[in-house]
Amino acid sequence: MSAKRSIVAASLALTAFTGLAQAKELVVYSSRQEHLIQPAFELYTKNTGVDIKFITDREGPLMARLRAEGANTPADIFMTVDAGNLWQAEQQELFQPMESKVIEENIPAQYRAESGQWTGLSLRARTIAYSTERVDPKELSTYEALADDSWKGRMCLRTSKKVYNQSLVATMLESIGAEKTSDVIKGWVANLAAPVFSDDTALLKAIDAGQCDVGIVNTYYFGRLSKEEPGVKVALFWPNQDDRGVHVNISGAGVTKHADQPEEAVKLIEWLTTEEAQRVFVDINMEFPANDSIEPSKEVAAWGDFKADTINVEVAGRRQPEAIMLMDRLGWN
Amino acid sequence: MPHRSIPRMPRWRLIAYVSAALVMMPLLVLLLSWQSIDTSIWGHLLQTQMVRLISNTLVLVLGVGVGVIVLGVSLAWLTSLCEFPGRRFFDWALMLPFAIPAYVLAFVSVGLFDFSGPFQSLLRDWFGNDFRLFFSIRSTSGVVLVLTLVFYPYVYMLARGAFLAQGKGLMEASRVLGHTPWQGFWRVAIPMARPAIGAGAALAIMETLADFGAVSVFNYDTFTTAIYKTWYGFFSLQSATQLASLLLLFVFMALFLERRAQGSRRFPGVDRPRQGALYHLKGYRGWLATGFCLTVLALAFFIPVAQLIYWLVHSGIHDLDSRYWGIIRNTLMLGAMAAAITVTFATLIALARRLQPIRRVRSAVAMANLGYALPGSVLAVGIMFAFSFLDNTVVIPLSAALGVENPSPLLLGSVFALLLAYLIRFMAVAHGPIDTSLARIRPSLPEAAQSLGQTGWGVFWRVYLPLLLPGALSAALLVFVDVLKEMPATLLMRPFGWDTLAVRIYGLTTEGDWQRASLPALTLVLAGLLPVIVLIRRTGRR
Repeated sequence: MSAKRSIVAASLALTAFTGLAQAKELVVYSSRQEHLIQPAFELYTKNTGVDIKFITDREGPLMARLRAEGANTPADIFMTVDAGNLWQAEQQELFQPMESKVIEENIPAQYRAESGQWTGLSLRARTIAYSTERVDPKELSTYEALADDSWKGRMCLRTSKKVYNQSLVATMLESIGAEKTSDVIKGWVANLAAPVFSDDTALLKAIDAGQCDVGIVNTYYFGRLSKEEPGVKVALFWPNQDDRGVHVNISGAGVTKHADQPEEAVKLIEWLTTEEAQRVFVDINMEFPANDSIEPSKEVAAWGDFKADTINVEVAGRRQPEAIMLMDRLGWN
Repeated sequence: MPHRSIPRMPRWRLIAYVSAALVMMPLLVLLLSWQSIDTSIWGHLLQTQMVRLISNTLVLVLGVGVGVIVLGVSLAWLTSLCEFPGRRFFDWALMLPFAIPAYVLAFVSVGLFDFSGPFQSLLRDWFGNDFRLFFSIRSTSGVVLVLTLVFYPYVYMLARGAFLAQGKGLMEASRVLGHTPWQGFWRVAIPMARPAIGAGAALAIMETLADFGAVSVFNYDTFTTAIYKTWYGFFSLQSATQLASLLLLFVFMALFLERRAQGSRRFPGVDRPRQGALYHLKGYRGWLATGFCLTVLALAFFIPVAQLIYWLVHSGIHDLDSRYWGIIRNTLMLGAMAAAITVTFATLIALARRLQPIRRVRSAVAMANLGYALPGSVLAVGIMFAFSFLDNTVVIPLSAALGVENPSPLLLGSVFALLLAYLIRFMAVAHGPIDTSLARIRPSLPEAAQSLGQTGWGVFWRVYLPLLLPGALSAALLVFVDVLKEMPATLLMRPFGWDTLAVRIYGLTTEGDWQRASLPALTLVLAGLLPVIVLIRRTGRR
């Protein structure tokens, strides 16, 4: 009993202490990984003196935590990858609107929530990777064309459990309709050369090793692999250049509904859209800047210019369950 | 057998009920999810997924169950009863794979043996580009093999303890009665070791059911991966927790089988454990045994560690900054604190079951061991909801009433909450060894102590506790290593600044950056090695 009482007392003392120490400190819940966010945060702290504390985890548990904590959450900002996740956080009413001219000026409208509750901070293109040994880029044209019989036994895919594939299929559902999308996925699955992979890097290595000839990956995985193994016999192709363009997804952030310091939080997010921050936040993972007035880094620019799909990325969230059910039915595990 | 001579102590009952309540708290939160059902998700799951998920899960559980029993028992038999070249080394070295997290072995194995890995690339260099291996690591047999290699130490350790405790005379008596060694093994040693083997296999099976990291590397869909897919993909935490509560059915099945395997008989151990070898394996048979042990050890330990070291050297040391020592310290401290708390509770409930073997206490103890089979994140979510409920309804109003400005949640995000999560999750791990050593205490012993005038607590302090210490130490070491490896609950519940090695590994590996994770992974293995060695050398045959 006395032990319990002293725990309560100590805890209360602790509350009082944290209450005092709250000045100029932002708390971020992030499913973007620590080594990708920390350098930018450190720079911000150096510039402004505002300390940033953060917890990283998968987006599902973090959203559950935000919801459970409700009004008492210590978090000011929720940061995650994939538009579907951001949209979902908005649906669960975890964000509050940011009214910011800076963000509206820096980030194109298709990479922001219409409600202003979240914004993209970096862009990742999900495109076709092919073997430079066994594929002539002239054979390639669109995502849909990979469903063709000529790719039988030559295609590799990552698991449908990964949100990147769910968003790709969700935007396809919106752009070309359920029937066509279903045919395309059937074709892809029929063309598989190996069971689906659990990550993009393994997929790229399989293309390099000759297990398959083409696959669909996020560009930064290719960037990372070709940096580690410069001789890798894989290249990137930009599909659908004559119609909707390459599928582009975002990583992004919003201010939590119950943030203690919403103004300070907006300031941090605004700063993340500026050139100084984008150079650190985006380039560290070889992504594309979400601020369209900024050029991508040299190594990323070397992959060539492309036309990106301008569909609003919110679609990825809205149609995600539909996309998963479709992939499940058609045997894309 | 109830010990009627021991005065009834209601305290024991209370302890059992409280422990059961603790574990049941997050489980009840899961059951509350059944208040409403999302018919579109369930319709989809039932129509397209359920049959495959259940059959996949059953195949995995059966495969790993049979695998760990065959491997664990045969290795334990060799090192505890036979003599062959290298036996003294293998005796403890065969426990080393316990220090390797399942997700690490899974990734290393797939990386090495898949099509694009160095092994098959080498074969293609030798035999031409069209060479294809008959065996694919990314298959059902691959995932069964890897999980067997990771989880067999549970069976090995407990079976070895049982074989050693059977004493010198037993197998000799069986030999005198005309049994061949083989007959003695099947008719005497195995039946007597059944409770230990069953306990080890149950732990392995529960780990298998809860595993998410390793099966994801293989993209092998189980009930657990479906839980996460429903949660992260459909964003339906409710349907996910409903699935998780169904997973408990599998657990009940495993526990039921364990009880059946244990049978009704109990075999108290002998006072003097075996000292010398019983069978000297000579010539090729000895070397065969050596080869067998070496193969297992190489696949489960040396090869993965060599790969981690290679990555470390090849890709350089990343992230080795001053914070790294803090991370190691956090990991070790959490492990030690969790081990102490969990073993205390496990000892108390094991004693409660022994001293008050009424039905309700036995069920309470069984319930207190359920946490182990739940996927860590799901369990953590249950605990989180329970805690934030307490925070929002008790702690914060209370601190506001006491005049605290900006009251904030205390339980959620506290070390206390994290330790409680570990307690709930690893109770079963500690329960195994403690219960086994308790079973070896002959009922006559406490009875004798009582006839000499010792009362309830006296019997506890002077008889049970000293005899339970070895089992409690084993339990503490097991929990310690398991906490080091634990990832999902730590991720969700750690306080700010309490990153552990497993958290660091998670951060680097979610995006497939395994080479960079080699440093924390190796550190984790090293940190787990010492307890593992202590665990096994303490009980070795001289």
